[in-house]
Amino acid sequence: MAATTLFDKIWDSHVVRAEPDGTTLLYIDRQLVHEVTSPQAFEGLRLAGRKPRRPTATLAVPDHNVPTTDRRLGIMDPVSALQIQTLEDNCKHFDISLFNMSDIRQGIVHVIGPEQGFTLPGTTIVCGDSHTSTHGAFGALAFGIGTSEVEHVLATQCLVQKRPKTMEIRVDGVLSDRCSAKDIILAIIGKIGTAGGTGFVIEYTGDAIRSLSMEGRMTLCNMSIEGGARAGLVAPDDKTMAYLKGRPLAPKGKQFEQAVQAWQHLKTDPDATYDATVVLQADRIAPQVSWGTSPGMVIGVDEHVPDPRTMSDDKSKHATERALSYMGLTPNMPITDIMIDKVFIGSCTNSRIEDLRLAASFAKGKKVAKTVHAMVVPGSGLVKQQAEAEGLDQVFREAGFEWREAGCSMCLAMNADVLKPGERCASTSNRNFEGRQGAGGRTHLVSPAMAVAAAIEGHFVDIRHWQ
Amino acid sequence: MQPFTTLTGLVAPLDRVNVDTDQVIPKQFLKTIKRTGLREGLFFDWRKRPDGSPDPSFFLNDPRYQGATILLTRDNFGCGSSREHAPWALLDQGFRCLIAPSFADIFYNNCFQNGILPVVLKAEEVLVLLKEVIDTEGYRLTVDLDRQTVTTPQNVTYRFEIDPFRKDCLYRGLDAIGLTLQHEGAITAYEARRKVEAPWLFSDLRS
Repeated sequence: MAATTLFDKIWDSHVVRAEPDGTTLLYIDRQLVHEVTSPQAFEGLRLAGRKPRRPTATLAVPDHNVPTTDRRLGIMDPVSALQIQTLEDNCKHFDISLFNMSDIRQGIVHVIGPEQGFTLPGTTIVCGDSHTSTHGAFGALAFGIGTSEVEHVLATQCLVQKRPKTMEIRVDGVLSDRCSAKDIILAIIGKIGTAGGTGFVIEYTGDAIRSLSMEGRMTLCNMSIEGGARAGLVAPDDKTMAYLKGRPLAPKGKQFEQAVQAWQHLKTDPDATYDATVVLQADRIAPQVSWGTSPGMVIGVDEHVPDPRTMSDDKSKHATERALSYMGLTPNMPITDIMIDKVFIGSCTNSRIEDLRLAASFAKGKKVAKTVHAMVVPGSGLVKQQAEAEGLDQVFREAGFEWREAGCSMCLAMNADVLKPGERCASTSNRNFEGRQGAGGRTHLVSPAMAVAAAIEGHFVDIRHWQ
Repeated sequence: MQPFTTLTGLVAPLDRVNVDTDQVIPKQFLKTIKRTGLREGLFFDWRKRPDGSPDPSFFLNDPRYQGATILLTRDNFGCGSSREHAPWALLDQGFRCLIAPSFADIFYNNCFQNGILPVVLKAEEVLVLLKEVIDTEGYRLTVDLDRQTVTTPQNVTYRFEIDPFRKDCLYRGLDAIGLTLQHEGAITAYEARRKVEAPWLFSDLRS
């Protein structure tokens, strides 16, 4: 048999039929649904008189619009409230499992999938959300789709796809102390650019990737889309199996053992080839800070803001000028001179228990700078509960951070958590687009450790040398 | 879905790279439960000056480009969020065809679901067209899906590539779900086989 990649193995086991031109009907094992990208899909089903083919393969949760303040007060914004009510009505009507706003299991869709054991190796998973790539951390082929395709999967449990190309991103060596998966993925995007992965599925390999925890792998795969790739993959290993064992929706007993047997084959054969390969050295990755309005506009904290005058490429020059003007930054200024107003620790990139433990370890015994407003938003109700059981909420509160309810929150600011025009935020989220966290708001993407240090000092610091 | 065959239309220029879908339509317009009426959110933050008044330098506010049906733009258009509200808003504004050197994957796919043709031309061809659009009032292009061509007023023709299956669906305005449902037998057979190979994938997720 020909040598194949991890991607090939998953793809090949999901082909329902393939046309001679390569157009493939791909089976989708599981779908996650949230309130923002599903109403029109359910409406489409109703208008066409169709029903979900396998309602048991779908899990729904509201996350984008939910308030992160006291839930008993309800949602102030009537439009947000209607969207969440619509999700509840649709799930009831079509008999789909839903974790509603008062359910302890509610949280960001890409946090609860793994947490519940919904996300399994070797599966195909979709969601009307580009950060579905997160689930690739388990060796699942997981990618974001539009609302029409949400409807398509509900109705048929399939999608029409063309086979993407494969890219290996290998990170060799050992990361510097206090650097994290977030710094790896930001450095990767800085290297390949925001369209570098377009048309590819990425498989992350190498010692630095193997060393990452499951949480770290989720952070890594989460931002694959920021490099243009719809999906990122990490081959499952013992860490994956240990993480999944005993999760509510993961297989149990004999079936778990049977599944583990199958999952052990989910790896790229030694002599298989990729369409492209990119290599990074982990020890050369400094803590990363984005300076512009696209995730590819990122550099090490020990560097200086780029100078468009030194750029020969017209396209980069204009994009840089525009970004610096929006961000209110001066060319050549040290990154550590950038003063910040807000800190957001949360989002589907960095809001899991390990992120919060790490953030709390840096916040312990310190105080948030007087000029900074800082908040921590756990990824799910269960993450929040766990953090509180460990006393992390107390650590954050005593240091001057706000401790909130679970949700997407200020990652995209669909709820009340919004930056004001001109405000500058150190954020553990995934997008620094213009206005992403509020019209006129300025976002710098960083790791949780870097965000905490920035909150305490009021400006960026190199976490490697921070006391 | 409305079929796309040929289109001769006024062209509007958006000379920016990496236009993300947060710019195409910001978050506050995603709270709707409808697909229609999204035009008011299209490029919302770019259409206005900080004081809220319309920015006359932005193409959507320029009388020259009123009624444009073709949007000409730069690399990696539609990156970021998967929100289908982006093509819905473009369609609601009247755009049926987008031309760029490259598009982000999810956005590109979403266009086809809504009767919008995304055309990929070479970067240098797009730069030539951008100059012509900006220099020539009332500049119109003819896009022919069947022949896979874009033709300028001077009769210069550029050819573009497109996946044959997507082309056929768009050309005939086919219902994608209806097409898949024609393979019901194959889907059922696949499921029966997988239930034996990987029974854990068929547990009931409802609690």
